[in-house]
Amino acid sequence: MSSDLTTLSASAASAKVKSGEVDAHELFEQWRERSRLDDLNALSWSADSVPAEIHTGGPLGGVPLGVKDLFCTEGVPSQSGSKILEGYLPPYSATVVDALAAAGAPLLAKTHQDEFAMGSSNENCAFGAVINPWDRGRVPGGSSGGSAAAVAAGLVPWALGTDTGGSIRQPAALCGVVGLKPTYGSVSRYGMIAFASSLDQAGPITNSVADAALLYSQMTGRDVHDSTSVDHPDPVSEVPAADLTGVRIGVPTELSGEGIESGVLDAFNASLELAKSLGATVEPCHLPHAPHALSAYYLIAPAECSSNLARFDGVRYGLRVDPGEGLDAMYGATRSQGFGPEVRRRIMLGTYALSSGYYDAYYGRAQRVRTLISQDFDTAFESFDVIATPTSPCVAFELGSKTDDPLSMYLSDFCTVPMSLAGIPAISIPNGLSEGLPVGLQLVGPAFSENRILGIAASLEAAIGFDGSAARL
Amino acid sequence: MTEFEAVIGLEIHVQLATQTKMFCGCKPVFGEDPNTRTCPTCLGLPGALPVINEAAVDFGMRLGLALGCSLAERSIFHRKNYFYADSPKGYQISQYDEPLCSEGELAGVRINRVHLEDDAAKLVHTSETGRIHGAESSVVDFNRAGTPLAEIVTEPDLRSAAQAREWLQLLRTTVKALNISDVNMEEGSLRCDANISVRPVGQKELATKTELKNMNSFRFVEKGIEAEIERQRILLESGGTVVQETLHFDPRTGSLTALRSKEEAHDYRYFPDPDLLPVSVDSEMVERARAALPELPAARAVRYAETYGFEQELSERLGFEADLGDLFEAVLEIRGKASDPRLAATWVSGEVFSRVEQDAGSAIEASTLAELLELLEGERITTAAARQVLDRVLAEGGSPADIVASEGLEKVGGGDALAAAVEIAIAAHPEAAAKVTAGEHKALGSRRWWRGAQRNPCSPWRRVGFITWLNNPQRQRFHSQRRWSLC
Amino acid sequence: MIDRSEVLHIARLARLSLEETEIEAITAELSSILDHVDQISSLDLEGVEPTAHSVAQSGALRPDVPVESLGKDAVLSQAPATDGSGFEVPSPGGGS
Ligand SMILES: [Zn+2]
Repeated sequence: MSSDLTTLSASAASAKVKSGEVDAHELFEQWRERSRLDDLNALSWSADSVPAEIHTGGPLGGVPLGVKDLFCTEGVPSQSGSKILEGYLPPYSATVVDALAAAGAPLLAKTHQDEFAMGSSNENCAFGAVINPWDRGRVPGGSSGGSAAAVAAGLVPWALGTDTGGSIRQPAALCGVVGLKPTYGSVSRYGMIAFASSLDQAGPITNSVADAALLYSQMTGRDVHDSTSVDHPDPVSEVPAADLTGVRIGVPTELSGEGIESGVLDAFNASLELAKSLGATVEPCHLPHAPHALSAYYLIAPAECSSNLARFDGVRYGLRVDPGEGLDAMYGATRSQGFGPEVRRRIMLGTYALSSGYYDAYYGRAQRVRTLISQDFDTAFESFDVIATPTSPCVAFELGSKTDDPLSMYLSDFCTVPMSLAGIPAISIPNGLSEGLPVGLQLVGPAFSENRILGIAASLEAAIGFDGSAARL
Repeated sequence: MTEFEAVIGLEIHVQLATQTKMFCGCKPVFGEDPNTRTCPTCLGLPGALPVINEAAVDFGMRLGLALGCSLAERSIFHRKNYFYADSPKGYQISQYDEPLCSEGELAGVRINRVHLEDDAAKLVHTSETGRIHGAESSVVDFNRAGTPLAEIVTEPDLRSAAQAREWLQLLRTTVKALNISDVNMEEGSLRCDANISVRPVGQKELATKTELKNMNSFRFVEKGIEAEIERQRILLESGGTVVQETLHFDPRTGSLTALRSKEEAHDYRYFPDPDLLPVSVDSEMVERARAALPELPAARAVRYAETYGFEQELSERLGFEADLGDLFEAVLEIRGKASDPRLAATWVSGEVFSRVEQDAGSAIEASTLAELLELLEGERITTAAARQVLDRVLAEGGSPADIVASEGLEKVGGGDALAAAVEIAIAAHPEAAAKVTAGEHKALGSRRWWRGAQRNPCSPWRRVGFITWLNNPQRQRFHSQRRWSLC
Repeated sequence: MIDRSEVLHIARLARLSLEETEIEAITAELSSILDHVDQISSLDLEGVEPTAHSVAQSGALRPDVPVESLGKDAVLSQAPATDGSGFEVPSPGGGS
């Protein structure tokens, strides 16, 4: 019996496969066994056998991958956490899933998520809530909660998530793992079941900054199937930890004071001190329109989703409920029974925001606020190399504690939403514990500065020295 | 009594004949098995995204330029949200407030805009397929879904049904000349809706309009608009008011029925499609589109009228049918300045076109027609012989000169040759010849034939006519006269 | 902020059939959310251009080159109702 390969980091395992020390099929098989330990409801599917062919020659060296449910995977259920897509088997795979498989990250498992990526707790999943491995009474965050919980618990070596307003970063923070939301457009969205098209972006959820950099390095590039995708002008390859000497860190006063739990704030301030001790300068900065970001976000994202989700109509795939009273009645019954309450709420909100007479007041204004938020970041990056905030204002909360109050759930996204609106990259790294639960530190840079923020994140990661082994199943 | 005038604007959809659909790589081929020309994008599968077809943008620009529009440097695709079984995504991707082309004009009718969008799927009601359990359900075929459409919207500048029909025909001709669409109304690659209102003559403000759909031929466009104008006029004269609604014209009965009930007010919730970025049109793309423009039909007709002095009908026949015009010009080119343009024009638009209406311009090589016309114009064959040669060429190909030689169709020079021909005929038909000699031919009205034959060189037709006449004077009388007159 | 009749209109546009019991709750929820997001109405946005996408500004076009379509079996395999050649839908005209 060979040694336990699942204790290796993804980067280390990749290196060992490439050097011939580890057999990729053996690695896959061990991870396949591990994935069966899932008692967190983190996984929606896992491979029932080792793939015949694993691209071990690729840069990822055959390290298997967990993929959020909403990525289309040919012949493998892709349900986006929704009853309306229960058991749906797409005839094609998302560009990024194909690209990663070709680079040597074969599909190991699919992970549960909030329905259509709408949620911050993973409780809006038609297939049951995902549980946080740090505390089984608590949520893992959302919407990529299954991916974050699976990585934290060691059910998959690394995973793909998607981030629309914080859906990679917040669950990464709440589960004590690394989550990168890349620059909008740097990763193809083709084959990602859409929530809000102008905001959705795929990114890695991993145990370390190095793993995140390695996985992300194989995700980028213009895709002919996604006209909003672009070639990365400064592609990520290997990211050495950056020397923090002289690095200017801006701390936006709007996102680092009011509304943040004291334990989270303490951990945040401690890490800023650490950064200073490594030679960085830390100064307050301003994002004056950031307080309006949530309002703009909760108009833009629902508006786009109300239209994106119109295709779920019971005709070509998925659920159909037909009361036998004609086409419209079939639509109404299918969509009311197929979508959960949060999805229905956002469809209603978005339909309202786009409806005649309200477009200018809501959607049109929100798009203008978006401009102001981008300009705020542009101004801040004239004086700072990177912006730091807590990722989530709170640690993982108890299951069921916020489900009755959608607005308070929405408000917990306030540190992550501004970057989504601006389309700029942001990474969350584990920043110690508060009351025994993980806290996240968010580092934000200008568009396409992934190399920079990954480098700074790697330095701080080393300095913080977070130990996530308690979450391992 | 108040006099009324109609105010008509048209909305025309043209299916663009690109190699692939508007937003995906499927080939828009028609008449294929249902649902065999689809992909994740045009089926609206979860996760699929649209990418704009460069050729559709190019075709749209050509159309805009041909209609004198200005081209937007930046245009935007919006989503038009509505649920229907023919809509795979729950929205159509169409241009809204920033279209590709705007503000043009064709033959005095202002063009409001030309924009691009994707076509819907086809809904087949099962009752139509003859299935037993009635129309409880329908079947959707997504092959057509995503086919590129250019929508042309006119200002309400048309004043009668006949004018609308004529203008639409000119538009069709213009689009056809651009070679960007089949523009076939019966097959649906050209579709026309009309906005119609009626107001008292002299009134400036527009009255309430109705929208008329489903007129799938030029005749029905005219009939449908006519019927709706009449309906509104009678309504107004009797003190009624026109209600804004969409009407469906039934070509079989000529009746108009309201399509949708009023309670469903449409709210398409247009917003910029977040899957697509604005389309930037740079000067290079515009120049390329401009360079691809042929001479447009209206301009071509004017040129023929001015250059050759042709009357309107002839100029338009050649100008509006690009392939006829091309053939005409190619023949002139070969024959050179000395030839008669009118002869070439009438032969192309008359003789050739009447024989092969479909693709007449490519039915015969210009050099072949030029050769034939040279024989005709050089008086080496008669018009009748030329027609015979044309029939042969169209049916079997070959060179006119060879056909003339092998068929012996060349005009006979008269004098000795004629005498020889007549001698042969007489020798072959002694009894008939005897009657002729006895003077029966006078009773048959062929005196003119004799006179003419002595005066002019005689064609083989006359010889044949004569011989036939000799065989059967009764039957031949009429024919011989006709041949005579043609000579 | 939003009343019952607007909620019903929106639900109709979105093809969601609401249970009578849900209408009141969703009206209240939407009102409280709209109340919050309405804070952007206080901003002076005169002269501010809207942002639809934050990074790329204009899209590359696709060359007009055909690619293979999906096979009919794959296309129909996930359909709730098909007649073997197309997708069956209830009659748009209403019930039978
Ligand atoms: Zn397609």
